[in-house]
Amino acid sequence: MTTLALPTKQFQGRNRDPTGSTSHYASSVNSRNAPAAAQRTRLDRLVHTAATVALVRRDPYTSALFDALTIPNAFHDLNGPMIQLDNVSKTYGSGARTVQALVDVDLNVPKGTIHGVIGLSGAGKSTLIRCINLLERPTQGRVFIDGQELTAMDAVQLRQARHQCGMIFQHFNLLTNRTVYDNVALPLELMRESRQTIRERVMPLLELTGLAGKARQYPSQLSGGQKQRVAIARALASQPKVLLCDEATSALDPQTTTSILALLQEINQRLGLTILLITHEMEVVKSICHRVGLISDGRLVEEADVGDFFTAPRTQLGREFLNAFLELEPPQALVERLEPAAGERTHPVVRLTFSGDSVSTPLISRLAREHGIDVSILQAKVESIQGRTLGLMIAELMGSATQTQQALATLESFDLHVEVLGHVQRTD
Amino acid sequence: MSSALIDLVWQSTLETLYMVAVSGLISALLGVPLGVLLYVTRPRQILAQPVINGILGVITNVGRSVPFIILLVAIIPFTRMIVGTSIGTNAAAVPLTIAAIPFVARLVEGALNEVSPGLVEAAQSMGATPMQIITKVLLPEARGGIINGLTITLVALISYSAMAGAVGGGGLGDLGIRYGYNRFNPTVMLITVVVLVVMVQVFQSLGDYLVRKSDHK
Repeated sequence: MTTLALPTKQFQGRNRDPTGSTSHYASSVNSRNAPAAAQRTRLDRLVHTAATVALVRRDPYTSALFDALTIPNAFHDLNGPMIQLDNVSKTYGSGARTVQALVDVDLNVPKGTIHGVIGLSGAGKSTLIRCINLLERPTQGRVFIDGQELTAMDAVQLRQARHQCGMIFQHFNLLTNRTVYDNVALPLELMRESRQTIRERVMPLLELTGLAGKARQYPSQLSGGQKQRVAIARALASQPKVLLCDEATSALDPQTTTSILALLQEINQRLGLTILLITHEMEVVKSICHRVGLISDGRLVEEADVGDFFTAPRTQLGREFLNAFLELEPPQALVERLEPAAGERTHPVVRLTFSGDSVSTPLISRLAREHGIDVSILQAKVESIQGRTLGLMIAELMGSATQTQQALATLESFDLHVEVLGHVQRTD
Repeated sequence: MSSALIDLVWQSTLETLYMVAVSGLISALLGVPLGVLLYVTRPRQILAQPVINGILGVITNVGRSVPFIILLVAIIPFTRMIVGTSIGTNAAAVPLTIAAIPFVARLVEGALNEVSPGLVEAAQSMGATPMQIITKVLLPEARGGIINGLTITLVALISYSAMAGAVGGGGLGDLGIRYGYNRFNPTVMLITVVVLVVMVQVFQSLGDYLVRKSDHK
């Protein structure tokens, strides 16, 4: 939240003099030390000086954004898909050396939603996002944005359509020899807008992303988070309907990541901008996505609401991602003792994943009471994801073979996922 | 040092500067676009044209590989056609320009190659035309590298112009050979060398200053 907190202070001392940057650095240092809660800044706190309001008001796009500060979700229109991929495949190379980067991908992102695509490196995430604005042309399949088929367009139409579709990148891709202002102005220059129009569009965006004091600085003078803010302002300059984020936070530290994600979420909520982001970080999906797709070897293997994905992933890869994210792997000492098969004197070790109603069921005491077993909890965790509670536990069920069998059966009758990790020798 | 000698050195310095300025300017005007073409027509580049790229590459390499002293005499008919004579500073400027064009082109191509492909991709994602990518992204981002390349070219032209002097082109090289070498006058030889060294220093420092000033990497 560091960089989000920064402009609040700047606005009070509003200094748009390009040379007056010293004070900004000072306040940036201060805000870094402030408690995290105090740094939770929203756009509505950014926009609070008369001058800012006037500037923001003059521009229809940011004015809409500003209006929405008081009318939540005013721009949410959840009808129909914004991004639609129809059976998209992408193959690189030819002959024996072909690489299938994408295989029959169908994707549907409704208007106004944030859709995450997660996968390991090399799974095809980058190719997927580049196939949406045709930076990579799919070998097969069709791509639609807001009902328009991009794959059927000629070069001129495609360039027009790309104005509807902002994109930000892992390494920001700002022009080093342009100032912050000129970077944000670039898409408008490309659209041959007048200097007057450019000025009217750029300044409000700089205000809203908290960069007004940095307008005359060069990217090399900015921190990573500030650079990504410039990139976001630049992506919004052409007033797009869609924002594509290619690993937008992967090069940022955790704190800055949080602030950038908060900004993206604000943009989505206030303006109803549809966001598709690709990432390898579950944290990103958890914090802002509504839906998530899991990509593996070029295939979209799983797609679900984020709440469902985090509580009950349907694929093995999904579970691996989740377990790695929750750090819910059994302790090493236990793993060494685990035996794959039950023996004469063993206890089962189980991993329980429960969500929804089962979270509040007094499960452990029931097992103990009804089946006369002891439950030793080796690890446990409760997470809240998109308003849903997720509980995870690794436990050893201590009792006779019959008792533990019955206990497992009871567990499975509940709304939870039971996984027997193995068996350990009894120590009693 | 007699005033006649000072006059001679001054005249020769101006001639050298004239040759370098004319050939530098024209070779930049033609070499920069050629360098851009060499880069953008590469495979997988914004205007990929492998055949054209191959042909341009061969022509550029031929231009780069002919020894200057041979080029100087080999293109005399062409020089006559352009400036009407094959001796003097104007005549020397022609082969200097011809030699410098492919040199500039390769340096510009190299400078463009240093521009992060991500920037081109970003511009494409904004709907930039290939021409806009060249004028708004590639050339401005490669500005430092291009200025550096042009500085190297000017310095190379100073030394090549001395060679042109050997075949009657005038300039400091001519002075050094005729007065310094042929008349066994080490003073003149030393003066020409010192003037050339100073000239190179000034050009290089100016170039470095411009690179620093224009590049915000």
